[in-house]
Amino acid sequence: MYHKTVSELSKALANKAISSVELTKLYLERIKQYNPLLNAYITLTEELALAQAKQADQARAQGQATLLTGVPIAHKDIFCTEGIKTSCASKMLDNFIAPYESTLTAKIKQAGMVLLGKTNMDEFAMGSSNENSYYGACKNPWDIERVPGGSSGGSAVAVAARLAPAATGTDTGGSLRQPGALTGTTGLKPTYGRISRYGMIAFASSLDQGGILTYTAEDAALLLETIAGFDPKDSTSAVEPVPSYSKNLNDSLKGVRIGLPKEYFTSQLDTTIGTTIHTAAKELEKLGANLHEISLPNMGLSVPAYYVIALAECSSNLARYDGVRYGYRCQDPKDLLDLYMRSRGEGLGAEVKRRIMIGTYTLSAGYYDAYYLKAQQIRRLIQEDFIKAFKEVDIILGPTSPTTAFKINEKVDDPVAMYLADIYTVAINLAGLPGISIPAGFSNGLPIGMQLIGNYFAEAKLLNVSHQYQQQTDWHRQMPSQFN
Amino acid sequence: MKVDEIKKIAFLARLDVNDRELLSLTNDVNNILNFINKMNEVDTHGIAPLAHPLEINQRLRNDEVTETNQRELFLKNAPAQEAGLFLVPKVIEEV
Amino acid sequence: MTWEAVIGLEVHAQLKTKSKIFSESATQYGAEPNTQANAIDLGLPGVLPVLNKEVVKMAVKFGLAVNANINLKSIFARKNYFYPDLPKGYQITQFELPIVGKGILAVADPEGNVKKIGITRAHLEEDAGKSLHEDFHGMTGIDLNRAGTPLLEIVSEPDLRTAKEAVLYLKALHALVRYLDICDGNMQEGSFRCDANVSVHKIGEPFGTRVEIKNLNSFRFIERAIDYEIQRQIEEIEHGNKIVQETRLYNANTHKTKSMRSKEEANDYRYFPEPDLLPLVIDKAFIETIAEKLPELPEAKRQRFISQYGLSAYDAGNLISSQSLADYFEQTVKLSATDPKITANWIMGELSAALNKHDLTIEHSPVTTTMLAGLLKRIHDHTISGKIAKSVFEAMWAGEGDADTIISKQGLKQVTDSSALEKIVAEIIANSPEQLADYLAGKERLFSYFVGQTMKATKGQANPQQVNEILKQQLKRVTH
Repeated sequence: MYHKTVSELSKALANKAISSVELTKLYLERIKQYNPLLNAYITLTEELALAQAKQADQARAQGQATLLTGVPIAHKDIFCTEGIKTSCASKMLDNFIAPYESTLTAKIKQAGMVLLGKTNMDEFAMGSSNENSYYGACKNPWDIERVPGGSSGGSAVAVAARLAPAATGTDTGGSLRQPGALTGTTGLKPTYGRISRYGMIAFASSLDQGGILTYTAEDAALLLETIAGFDPKDSTSAVEPVPSYSKNLNDSLKGVRIGLPKEYFTSQLDTTIGTTIHTAAKELEKLGANLHEISLPNMGLSVPAYYVIALAECSSNLARYDGVRYGYRCQDPKDLLDLYMRSRGEGLGAEVKRRIMIGTYTLSAGYYDAYYLKAQQIRRLIQEDFIKAFKEVDIILGPTSPTTAFKINEKVDDPVAMYLADIYTVAINLAGLPGISIPAGFSNGLPIGMQLIGNYFAEAKLLNVSHQYQQQTDWHRQMPSQFN
Repeated sequence: MKVDEIKKIAFLARLDVNDRELLSLTNDVNNILNFINKMNEVDTHGIAPLAHPLEINQRLRNDEVTETNQRELFLKNAPAQEAGLFLVPKVIEEV
Repeated sequence: MTWEAVIGLEVHAQLKTKSKIFSESATQYGAEPNTQANAIDLGLPGVLPVLNKEVVKMAVKFGLAVNANINLKSIFARKNYFYPDLPKGYQITQFELPIVGKGILAVADPEGNVKKIGITRAHLEEDAGKSLHEDFHGMTGIDLNRAGTPLLEIVSEPDLRTAKEAVLYLKALHALVRYLDICDGNMQEGSFRCDANVSVHKIGEPFGTRVEIKNLNSFRFIERAIDYEIQRQIEEIEHGNKIVQETRLYNANTHKTKSMRSKEEANDYRYFPEPDLLPLVIDKAFIETIAEKLPELPEAKRQRFISQYGLSAYDAGNLISSQSLADYFEQTVKLSATDPKITANWIMGELSAALNKHDLTIEHSPVTTTMLAGLLKRIHDHTISGKIAKSVFEAMWAGEGDADTIISKQGLKQVTDSSALEKIVAEIIANSPEQLADYLAGKERLFSYFVGQTMKATKGQANPQQVNEILKQQLKRVTH
């Protein structure tokens, strides 16, 4: 049963092949068995899950079930869930019980899904390896000596090792797509504004976007329909109608124009990954798509511009963690300044502090123009590159990550090397476009992700192409044998 | 950035950095800044900055009060509280 | 060369909305601590601000009233600093592109001389909470009810030259925001707060270094604080010292300003565009709808009162200081159909004194416009004298009914029957032979003795003019 996708589970529940309580118990068992090794979950909500499952079964018996009623799910520990510890994988919020519910998780609750627990992540979503967690690194189920990517590492691992049929996550510079790629799962980051950010703990407000990790594009479509839409509580959420993403999954790819940016296929890219992505592109060509080489000339500047913007915003967003109203407070502060300095110094991890430092510096007097303003100008150039590209093609295709999963501790001492793991993903966040990573092959037993980028609010097209690809391949159906 | 400047920024950000952390932090920050300086490779003179990916207008809400008092719930997360107030070490009286 | 002060004011006016600027919490003053602070006001993880439309309308209303350039696109920014009453570690404000640009406020002095003071800008921002310094075991308590209350920060040009002028400007601004119904103007409750930038220079020389004075919460303190600061700066310079750019606090007990220099380094606010809020864009139609509903503004009203009612600049200036007072005046004039100048005298005299004595505002006056008009009518038609009117007014204030009721109940109707008066006067003259003799011998000041006796005999109800005339006639008759 744990091999089944969300839409298959939905059918199994509808056919009474299994009850939600049985299904939930099955996943809880698997979590108890494998989580000690993988560290994918920070909090297990067993009691709540069983209660919700029971409720879901009752709703179904009364004919009040939706497609997702009774299907289990896990939430990245960045979403506020009322009455449940919401830590953002930080010592700072280790004792924080969210007093309110995020819009995204509220919609999932509303749909009748069952919450298994809250997943591990890089502290405050800052990282590309899930090593920056107060609760310890999360392990890649394909090789437990390797990282699962980040920051939504726990969600990716939960799905990859089938400790949840689906999990939510967030993506500020690749935090859904890169772990998706490194764990062989499907990671969807919608257009900025597609999903409300209310209740999603902010890292960088103009870049953050919620999304999902699933086995298949079909599941991603099903879940996106549930969580997308305008939210009056988030004035940056888009007033765009939410289409039925599932409806267009089987559209023909005939005539779909797919662009391969030449800047993505350079020496920085692992050769096996390069070959794999080209093979995948050919597969789409066989389905009727037309391949074009395109250019995104300012791609090389995206990582530095991204880090300037993300770090400036984070330095301000994280100022609220001051030990005054909630969260960690240092022992016996001798005065107010000491309270601030030590609560933040002790409550925040090394990478978070590094980022706050850089962000504070770039915004400080005399440096704003050279850093923040300059980065925003580059952001404009990058957006214009994409706007131009989407006049010629419908979808942009490339690798998600320059390498497969790297070893734990391999890059921890070199932040710049770690930042370059985001080289193919951050530009999409700068422009606010939707992107998806889907499994496209393996290299030495480690999954390779293919990234598809769509135009603004063209998630339906992204999911259509991804689904068609997944109809022809079974990379997304592979599972790490140790957990099978 | 020199160690002194790092200390200044750490103060601005209210981050206590001990001497052991200071050197590695200075080193990391400088490496990152060097990397970021790659931005200077492109001339951006005259290009309008893009603050937000969605260049749309702000939506406003109506002037309505919907919130009820949830003080007791919120105070549960407070590290120190009394009489409905969040407590902090004495703030030096300004007047 | 004489010294000249240069003063610019920053006013924080709390906008009179039901809910906060970025959240749906109430803004009511005086609630139990932290009962009006929701997840957004507390800066909980994951919350987002959503701008209140009413706040935008109010800012535009103000902009129109000062003939300002209203920016169709304005930007919110974050001002970053740490303080326990600032929950997010930043204040959402407007920095580079405020909603209201340059404008002008006409300020009249009591003689009616008008000076135009430049408004540099007015921008929207959120208020902070409050630190309560009562002793909680050596701790400070934080109340975040006020956090997120909408503020309009109104910045003047350094166009003011004296503390008096600064106060005139503030009073004009205070009247304006209340006319516009965008701020209740309650200074004790902090709804209308002022910081002053003060510098001194010798005329003809460049402006001096400016000092910011904070904690000014009454017109009286503002005047004193600025005067003190001007003197302090002049003395410093005359003693060969330099003025340093700093923030000073006014102490209402010592009437002095004191440096706020702390051991902490100067703040670096790291302003940047608020990424949680998109640009605020309004259109011309939005502005026009607001313009159509703009009330008559204080300065226009002041001028109209002078021309329409023939009031002095002084009286007009006083009467327009609040919309309610001006309305009270106009209503009373209309109802009484008597001399507006007398109406003005009564409102600014008896009524104001009574209101002050009982610490009431005109809105809560127990003497309504109808009641005052009723009294004025009886003065006008000589039913009662001005002197009697004062006691009638007191009775009205005490709730004894309207003027006519009181006059008839207490028998205060003026004695105007001349035959009755002539009889009384004749008796008084007959009963005062000594005084009469002295008067006839040339002691003319004894005339007032006869007046006094007559008024006494009539219990003050005689018309004094009439008494004078009758007395003159009868005394004349005696001499001949």
